[in-house]
Amino acid sequence: MFRSTRTRGAALFAGLLLTAGLAAPAHAEGSGSATLDAVRARGQLVCGVSTGVPGFSLPDSQGVTRGIDADGCRTIAAAALGDASKVKFVPLTTTNRFTALQSGEVDVLIRSTTWTLAREGNLGLEFAWVNYYDGTGFLVKKSSGVKSAKEMDGATICVQPGTSTELAIADYYRLNNMKFTPILIQDLPEIQNAFLSGRCDAYSTDGSALATFRFSQGPKADDLVLLPEIISKEPLGVMVRKGDDKWFDVARWSYVAALTAEENGVTSQNIDSFADSKVPDIRRLLGLEGELGKALGLDNKWAYNIVKQVGNYGEVWDRNITPMGMPRGINNLWNKGGLQYAPPMR
Amino acid sequence: MSGTALSAIRPPAIVLGPWGWARANLFSSWWSTAVTLALGYLILRWSLDFVVWGVVNAVWTVPVNAQGKADATACYSAKGVGACWAVIADKYRFILFGRYPYDLQWRPAVCIALFIGLFVVSGLRAFWRKELALIWLVALTAIGILMWGGVLGLAYVPQDMWGGLPITLILSTFGLAFAFPLAVLVALGRRSTGLPAVKLLCVLYVELIRGVPLVSLLFMSSVMFPLFMPEGVNIDKLLRAQIAIILFAGAYLAEVVRAGLQALPKGQQEAADALGLTYWQKTGFIILPQALRVVIPPLVNTFIGFFKDTSLVLIIGIFDLLTAGKIAISEPTWQGFSTEVYIVLAAIYFAFCYAMSKYSHGLERTLDRARR
Repeated sequence: MFRSTRTRGAALFAGLLLTAGLAAPAHAEGSGSATLDAVRARGQLVCGVSTGVPGFSLPDSQGVTRGIDADGCRTIAAAALGDASKVKFVPLTTTNRFTALQSGEVDVLIRSTTWTLAREGNLGLEFAWVNYYDGTGFLVKKSSGVKSAKEMDGATICVQPGTSTELAIADYYRLNNMKFTPILIQDLPEIQNAFLSGRCDAYSTDGSALATFRFSQGPKADDLVLLPEIISKEPLGVMVRKGDDKWFDVARWSYVAALTAEENGVTSQNIDSFADSKVPDIRRLLGLEGELGKALGLDNKWAYNIVKQVGNYGEVWDRNITPMGMPRGINNLWNKGGLQYAPPMR
Repeated sequence: MSGTALSAIRPPAIVLGPWGWARANLFSSWWSTAVTLALGYLILRWSLDFVVWGVVNAVWTVPVNAQGKADATACYSAKGVGACWAVIADKYRFILFGRYPYDLQWRPAVCIALFIGLFVVSGLRAFWRKELALIWLVALTAIGILMWGGVLGLAYVPQDMWGGLPITLILSTFGLAFAFPLAVLVALGRRSTGLPAVKLLCVLYVELIRGVPLVSLLFMSSVMFPLFMPEGVNIDKLLRAQIAIILFAGAYLAEVVRAGLQALPKGQQEAADALGLTYWQKTGFIILPQALRVVIPPLVNTFIGFFKDTSLVLIIGIFDLLTAGKIAISEPTWQGFSTEVYIVLAAIYFAFCYAMSKYSHGLERTLDRARR
């Protein structure tokens, strides 16, 4: 009940905000992007992240926010300000994340948020890029002998209530004419204990979370099996406000630059050895020729700063996701069998 | 004859002393003995199990590699038989101080000490003088300087980086320090007969705030409020939460104070009026001292409740003590060692709440002397 009122409220406010935006168009001086100008004047990018999702954004023992989302913030800061360390991380819950972006409390929202039509259509926000392709999966015990989700007719499944996972499972079972009993548990440690103690046959949530959980079992990880079926699409993306297209470009092309660098084998370690490179793509990426930065309202060294200070997409992946025991899978580059396809930078 | 009577004056040890007490209270009948034995066995067994789990088989430290990542293999092999206190050893600074810059964490540590010192000083009757206000002012200024920095060569730390125990102490201390005077005013306003507008306002405030859960007030402050502000104007998240807590605590405390006011016999007011005291003299010298004394137990009850309620700020993404603990165990290395972290968190909350409760008992005893 609360959910639906909230969504409606959010939509209403988004509408109000849009009208306000139309009434007072952004100032034309500076870069042509109100958000980029604000970020520059502040000297800091304000980036909405999660309160704690391992691998995506989670403060470590020293309080430094780490993860693929957190490094996404650093990537954009490196492009916009030339300094990846100038980021203020604002931890947001699933409830207040969209409001924070709508109200201007944050400049960009990178909080493992699934790109859906309703969110882009209703909220006055839009997705600039997908930094992680996720999907709902199933985790079962090896001792159960289950090899495929199709064998799980009549199974009990542990799932968090009110999530897109719950809907995805219901759809999947209806489509396959099978029955299942959901066991709804809100709290994460509790749901994991329920699965381990055998209260349910399977535990279902985003594939990344399942792999992390399996990996966190240490030596006992081999007792758990991730089923091959991925039953929903969950592209997790980078969100900005509608109405500031220049800022949208900065967010999108910062990610593209990190991908292009990986495609061309440019890393934070070896980037300076490309100073006399003859490859046109690399020369343009590093700002040695052309004026790509200017087209975005940025310094021509913007992509160099990204790769030098944060690293290319693969490095960010290896730093944050690989330690959790996740294979690269569909998040690999397009020429290595994945979905990460960077449009040409020229 | 008289010799035997004299020796009979001293009762047998079995009636008095610890044995006598045990006989009278624990072994008075066959079922009482059975219950005692059964409970005694369970308590002994559980405490023994706890000691074996928490001390004997516990893993205290684990190796940390060059990147600062802990290797929890030892903990995983001890799981189920021994506690993994290594999670606390690795995470205690994050749990206590949140995202506060690591190298500067001595500053919030000093703040915690200042807060505790402030509580102790305020509790001692010898310090109940006008100078106490000065002590508070100095201590709170010092805490502000230490937490924010930016002066005296201290690096500036914005409040969105604050976290852990200081956040819990700030929210509850400021919350109650501001809510209490507000509550007294509201309670007086609600009882006033001469000012119907003020009375209506006070009734509305109390009923509206009391009619919604704290969670919804926090949501209002974090989700709705920013949308009403003009573009580019943002009131800090922590301040918004703090105001919500003050307003909420104020409404509850006002009702407690009002109960005290109502418990006072009308003769006290009439006597004060007969002496020709003004309203504020009457209230300050006659009514409030007596009314507040009556309501010490419910006041402290509310204080304790609010100290723990501050943990609700987790729903708006502020890292208080409890949230910091929860985040500490969402790291994959330490997932599954929540018990250890929650035990430590419970111990910290218990220490503060028990101290409050103990102190209020003492206060009641001292202040009630007149009535005994």
